[in-house]
Amino acid sequence: MNATAIDKPRVEMRSIGKSFPGVRALSNVDFTLYPGEVHALLGENGAGKSTLIKILTGALNRDAGEIRLDGKAVNFNSTGEAQAHGISTVYQEVNLIPAMSVTKNLTLGPSRDALGVISWGKARKRAREKLSRLKLNIDTEQPVGSFSVAVQQLVAIAHALDDDTSVLVLDEPTASLDAQETATLFAIIRDLKARGMAIVFITHFLDQVYEISDRISVLRNGNLVGTHMASEISRQDLISEMIGRELGEVEATLAHKAESGPGKQKLVARDLGRKRTLKPFDLTLHAGEVVGLAGLLGSGRTEMTKLVFGAIRSDSGELHVDGQDMSGATPRRSLASGIAFCPEDRKAEGLVGDLSIRENIMLSMQAKRGWLRQLPRREQEKIAGEMIRALGIATPDAEKPVRQLSGGNQQKVVLARALASNPGILLLDEPTRGIDVGAHAEIITLIRKLCNEGMALLVASSELDEIVAASDRVAVLRDREKVGEIDGADINRDNIIRMIAGDDSGQH
Amino acid sequence: MTVASTDSRTDRPVPVWLKAIVQSRAVWPVLALVLILIVAGSVSPNFFEIRIVEGRLFGNLIDILYRAVPTALVALGMAVVIGTRGIDLSVGSIIAIVGAVIVWRIKMGDPHITILFSALAAGILCGMWNGFLVSALRIQPIIATLILMVAGRGIGMLINQLYGGTDPSFESALLQWMSTGSIWLIPTRLILAAGIFLALWLLIRRTALGLFIESVGGNAAASNLAGVKAGLIIFVAYVLSGLLSAWAGVIMTADTHTSDPVSVALYIELDAILAVVIGGGSLAGGRIYLGMTVIGALVIQALTTATLISGLPPEYNLIIKALVVLSVLFLQSANARKAIGSLVSRRAS
Repeated sequence: MNATAIDKPRVEMRSIGKSFPGVRALSNVDFTLYPGEVHALLGENGAGKSTLIKILTGALNRDAGEIRLDGKAVNFNSTGEAQAHGISTVYQEVNLIPAMSVTKNLTLGPSRDALGVISWGKARKRAREKLSRLKLNIDTEQPVGSFSVAVQQLVAIAHALDDDTSVLVLDEPTASLDAQETATLFAIIRDLKARGMAIVFITHFLDQVYEISDRISVLRNGNLVGTHMASEISRQDLISEMIGRELGEVEATLAHKAESGPGKQKLVARDLGRKRTLKPFDLTLHAGEVVGLAGLLGSGRTEMTKLVFGAIRSDSGELHVDGQDMSGATPRRSLASGIAFCPEDRKAEGLVGDLSIRENIMLSMQAKRGWLRQLPRREQEKIAGEMIRALGIATPDAEKPVRQLSGGNQQKVVLARALASNPGILLLDEPTRGIDVGAHAEIITLIRKLCNEGMALLVASSELDEIVAASDRVAVLRDREKVGEIDGADINRDNIIRMIAGDDSGQH
Repeated sequence: MTVASTDSRTDRPVPVWLKAIVQSRAVWPVLALVLILIVAGSVSPNFFEIRIVEGRLFGNLIDILYRAVPTALVALGMAVVIGTRGIDLSVGSIIAIVGAVIVWRIKMGDPHITILFSALAAGILCGMWNGFLVSALRIQPIIATLILMVAGRGIGMLINQLYGGTDPSFESALLQWMSTGSIWLIPTRLILAAGIFLALWLLIRRTALGLFIESVGGNAAASNLAGVKAGLIIFVAYVLSGLLSAWAGVIMTADTHTSDPVSVALYIELDAILAVVIGGGSLAGGRIYLGMTVIGALVIQALTTATLISGLPPEYNLIIKALVVLSVLFLQSANARKAIGSLVSRRAS
């Protein structure tokens, strides 16, 4: 199947580096792409996949390294330039205008007509040509929005493909497709591949990776972990590469965890779930216990924490907190019953950027008290001051707008808000996302400290070592389903990876 | 002279208070107000004169305060709604409805104190309608309040029909005292407006309502997850705007002794929005500046009064207003403030 390796590479990216203020997004990454291959690019959120792709397609400029196209060094300053060299991208969200006809959507973009005047007769003909490349036979005068997502996805690909397109980047093209639609898309990908196109395929569905790709590259924290022939790497090794190994020191400091057994049941979920979000699951949290949530990107980690908190409304099962029925509770009720939640996406769901650190910390506590009983200003300042000291939030004063803080400090403010509401149960979704290693260890230590004080914690994380270091028990998720739990002494990387990979891992 | 200025540049550091003032939000609107008054004073020599006529203070400064009251009240409600990242276009129509309700109930012979409460209740009801559309039906605020903006004046005319609508003029000692009367030399409506401002300020700043409104306006999703009832908060904001518009309606209706739904308070929503924006509020929501909103309303009224007194033809009024608003907004913009701020500190070093 793979005679491509002897060909000359179409794209060679060498020692690519890219930094954003405060973050090293990519360092020293090599990436090669041969004609006629499907190359899967894997990694968790923030691993650097989209940065690498944006550099390839000219949307971002690199800080270091070189890109060669058919052996010649190139420098793209815009996506237009990359497109002119035959590199096209289809993004996850379909970038089409739903109310416009297929023809009009396919005509958008750099005009090749004289004086920018569009001849609709020609445009229709060109649209049909583009679609016929994908063997897609639809009425080009219908609005794009009237077709299924799969067809829209194909139209987007048709839009990206030109006569001279030689490299096609597909960013999570199957995220919103069902099995049948995915099969259709894969047939087309195989066809394009047979015609010598080089295809970059980004996804988090491992089954699809093995089904369609020839080679696999794994990124983690901005580094290339490895590039493999798909036929030569097992599913377990692949998962192991995606989920890192970085927390050695923390692991050591926390070796003494779980001196005492777990306390009484704090939270019991039975058959809790929601269609298309997460299959019904059972979950129990005890006082003085940390339960880790492990699974790959898109496996349902975030969804589980949100279902428990009520940020996503469940449509099946029940939830009891301290013996009280909390099924179908709103975030507000959950908070009142002593659950606090720190969301993964700080900017969108965590912080109110224009408000001060003090106001952000007070928000949940004040919401619990109600609007009439405002906490006196002096007490607000006292609590904010205590939190700033206890969590080590680096700021000159509590009145600074929270958007001016660094990522790690913002994360601590979200945590401070949850703690200020004095919860018995704490749900943390990716508590260490995007923060530096020092703060990383601090937060893990804090999690263990809260647990020893009798709090029940649920910690979702993409960092396997973090889960291993912090948890007394681990719940494992795969493809939007809870597949099992690992307890006490059995908690280690290999056991978790084996469970994430599932039973069919032997095939590869 | 040039030598002296060079000296000051190298030797004297700019005091901290000057830097604070230059970078403060309040400086440009207040400066604009002072400048307008100075210009008006230089054009018309008696501008600052204040006399006592018939047991009440008179003069241009009093007149500016007096005339700014309805706009200021409406603008305060608008500031609260804008704080939630919303907008209320229906305020003028609410005033029209309130006026019609007042005349209708007077013709029906209600006690005038009851009529005052009926009028305020009408405003609250209008606010509840807007709040329902925005928070429960999730209609975009500009569209949701446009509905009442369009329908409101028609509703006012229908209410006038309830008593025949032939003679909408009325007399009411109570309401007219509240609008045009005075207590110890001071116009009643100024005292009334100050009381309403204080009550609103206490409600916003001495309860957690202000924090909740600002957090919902700043990030509704995060506020919800933090336990704030975003929908209820938004609803309350529109009710407050309806109530404050009703107060403005009472004062305006009593002032003219009549109900004129077609033309009363026409375009007041635009002045109210302008007042909020001049006061430093952003239509992106997330912050409420009550005091500065009042300054904003005063800037608008001072401009109008000053142009009229200066003897310029009235058509210049609107153009001058536009220019002043433009320059205040420009000076308030983050970029301009940064530029001016760095200019000041460069002089300091």
